[in-house]
Amino acid sequence: MNSKIKNTLASNEAIVVYIIIGLSLLIGIVNHSFFSVSTVVTLSRAILVTLTFAICEMIVIISGGIDVSFPAVASICMYATLKIALAFNIDNVFVVFLIAAVIGLMFGTLNAVLIAIFRLPPLIATLGVSSVANGATLAFLGTNVISNIPDKIDAVSRMYLFTFTTKDGMSFSLTILILIPIAVCLLAFFMLKFTMLGRGIYAVGGDANAARIAGFNVKKIQFIVYMSAGSIAGIASIAYMILMRQADPSVLMGSEMMVIAAVVMGGTRITGGHGSVLGTVFGVILIALVQNNLIMLGVPTHFQTFVVGLIIVIGTSITSLRAKKISNSAKV
Amino acid sequence: MSEAFLKLKGIKKSFGGVQALKGVELEVKRGEIHALAGENGCGKSTLIKIISGVHDATEGEVFVEGKKVGKIQPIDAIHMGIQVIYQDFAVFPNLSVAENIAMNKSLLIGAKRMKWKEAKKIAVEAMDQIGAHMDPDLPVERLSVANKQMVAICRAIITDAKLLILDEPTTALTAKEVHKLNEVLRRLKEKGMAVVIVNHKLDEIYAIADTLTVLRNGETVAHGMIEEFDRERFIKALTGRSISEEYYRPEASDEEILRVEDYTRNGAFQKVCFSMNKGDVLGITGLLGSGRGEIGDALFGLAPAQGGTVWLNGEQIKINSVSEAMKAGIGYVPEDRLTQGLFLDRSIQDNTVAASIPKYLHRGRLDYTEMYRVTEDWIEKIGCNAPSPEPNIRTLSGGNAQKMVIAKWLNTDPKLLILNGPTVGVDVGSKSDIHAILHELAGKGVGVIVISDDLSELIQNCNKIVIMKNGRSSGMIRAEELDETQLAGLLSGSEEAEHEQ
Repeated sequence: MNSKIKNTLASNEAIVVYIIIGLSLLIGIVNHSFFSVSTVVTLSRAILVTLTFAICEMIVIISGGIDVSFPAVASICMYATLKIALAFNIDNVFVVFLIAAVIGLMFGTLNAVLIAIFRLPPLIATLGVSSVANGATLAFLGTNVISNIPDKIDAVSRMYLFTFTTKDGMSFSLTILILIPIAVCLLAFFMLKFTMLGRGIYAVGGDANAARIAGFNVKKIQFIVYMSAGSIAGIASIAYMILMRQADPSVLMGSEMMVIAAVVMGGTRITGGHGSVLGTVFGVILIALVQNNLIMLGVPTHFQTFVVGLIIVIGTSITSLRAKKISNSAKV
Repeated sequence: MSEAFLKLKGIKKSFGGVQALKGVELEVKRGEIHALAGENGCGKSTLIKIISGVHDATEGEVFVEGKKVGKIQPIDAIHMGIQVIYQDFAVFPNLSVAENIAMNKSLLIGAKRMKWKEAKKIAVEAMDQIGAHMDPDLPVERLSVANKQMVAICRAIITDAKLLILDEPTTALTAKEVHKLNEVLRRLKEKGMAVVIVNHKLDEIYAIADTLTVLRNGETVAHGMIEEFDRERFIKALTGRSISEEYYRPEASDEEILRVEDYTRNGAFQKVCFSMNKGDVLGITGLLGSGRGEIGDALFGLAPAQGGTVWLNGEQIKINSVSEAMKAGIGYVPEDRLTQGLFLDRSIQDNTVAASIPKYLHRGRLDYTEMYRVTEDWIEKIGCNAPSPEPNIRTLSGGNAQKMVIAKWLNTDPKLLILNGPTVGVDVGSKSDIHAILHELAGKGVGVIVISDDLSELIQNCNKIVIMKNGRSSGMIRAEELDETQLAGLLSGSEEAEHEQ
């Protein structure tokens, strides 16, 4: 049992937790108001969409692939869905989520066809799809930011799980939309850990050929992975739109680096086969801390991009060095 | 006699005109360990793939427990109790021992849920069955090769396997691990399982097998109880060569075609001398690092010699680069055919004309029609089993590909052809074809040098042999004065053998 505790304390997840604690202390020393409920609420709001994307990205990476198309897919889902809603006077939040999910599913299917059937390298395939989706949004749908969101949909932005009021009367409210990433995390956790589909995703990422011989339907697994990533990107995009109370066709672009950084920091091996929901949650929290609070430490904004880049490089190096160490270590 | 679990009758299989299996008979009973032996390229792997449902046989019948089996998929073979353990084991490095072992069974019964406790229980039971001890929670990437194999065996037996096929199971194992594996296989045999091991190492087969089937060139050439096979019979079945095979002994000639004197490259070989007359096939041998291969590299200008003189057909020549060597009429079949001898992703035609492109250049244009015709000719002349000049050279077997490497050089009309390990990884049939080609060339006055560590090949196919030791050459020895044991003695420098000389 002792070795189990030791292993847990040295795991990827634990290391990220140490960094988070260290960074929080550092920020807290500079800014005393950091340790408060308001920080938790702000942070939750900040990670809401990133976490949803990150869980999908993690599943894709575990399966041995990568998806850089989700920001573009999410953008077109958000923008097209709002345009449809405005054109047909749809003012129902569930219908809107459904439309976005379906559009996302279509792009996810396109990714899956390119990767599983045409056997394109996932990076190339999703880069291409990203360009197609982003280009289509700007060329056919428009470039303007739309702010007149239908009333009932907009009202969701004022639905809260709870509201916290400080002594001096400032109130912080946790949006109901936080339920989306929570649901995605729980679903992903159970799917990955306790279903054969989940284990199949790990198996394909570990050794696709061995998975085929063992009797897994590798193509089917890839389809499920990319299709669900697409539709969840659609759902997340609507959450983002409601949260921001506008649809901006290019605001999400470029967020893929952030998301991949978070996933990799959370211990997911970029080469596939390894990764956990908990690790990804911590990775996302760490990246959000860096993004939102470095400024409190006096770090200039542009520096954040630099830091995130460093995190990707260092994070991937650590995981790959670990893998190398394992392959070189004495075998039993 | 109990009925055979698996019975194959007249199995034939061809790939795009190449006949990989020409009639295989195989019978495996329960409770026996059956060795399937054969040299490289004899069709063993194709046969396994047919049994496991990866390929369909072109002709022939498969019976499992007396019932005829039609066209099957891999999953059907598994349902019939046939499990194959491939050379790379096909385990998941990222998953735990328990999960690796339990996975196949879960898939087989079409489980949707992953039950960790059950997986662990299954894994421990399976390991108990074969006497293996591993931590079920350990990721497989942390296991040694031998233990990965144990995981693969555990995984196979929990699916109620009745026939376990192991493809070259001992390649990466130490002697101790082989011993352990044999114990495990004996346990399985006692439980009534049929075990097939694919192997071509005699000692290992004698140590474990009850029965034996020998494949050669896609055909079953011998089968029976292992006791019926003494080493001599076994080797003869494997290689198809009888001990009293003919030796190459050309007519003596005075016409000297090659003379090498005091050939030196620092750090590789010193003052090497040899000569050959018309009709000679000269063998150069020696242990690894003795300088045998380096002489070939030097004569072809790959790593030029620094001192010494070379006369080819009476003319003194200088070889400082590959192009000089080629201009002088020297061809070189390198040791590693795959990386040095072939353009793997190009057609047979491209490979055949690769060394003689200028011949087909007319007024700045390549004559593709002529190249096609020439390649067709060579395929025919050299006895290559290829349908046309068009397919990728990768699709040819080792023997056929090697023939085309030789054809490439013959197409340059060489005066001297050096072959480094010409029959490594070549099946027996092509091997003797290649030897016949070399003898024919020598008869026409082309100098043929064979560099090899295959002593029986040298004794049978060369009439003169030079032995390299620590970078120095022995004098030339006439092959008829030697047998294999004496030659081996000379190589390793045993005094006794030297004394006899």
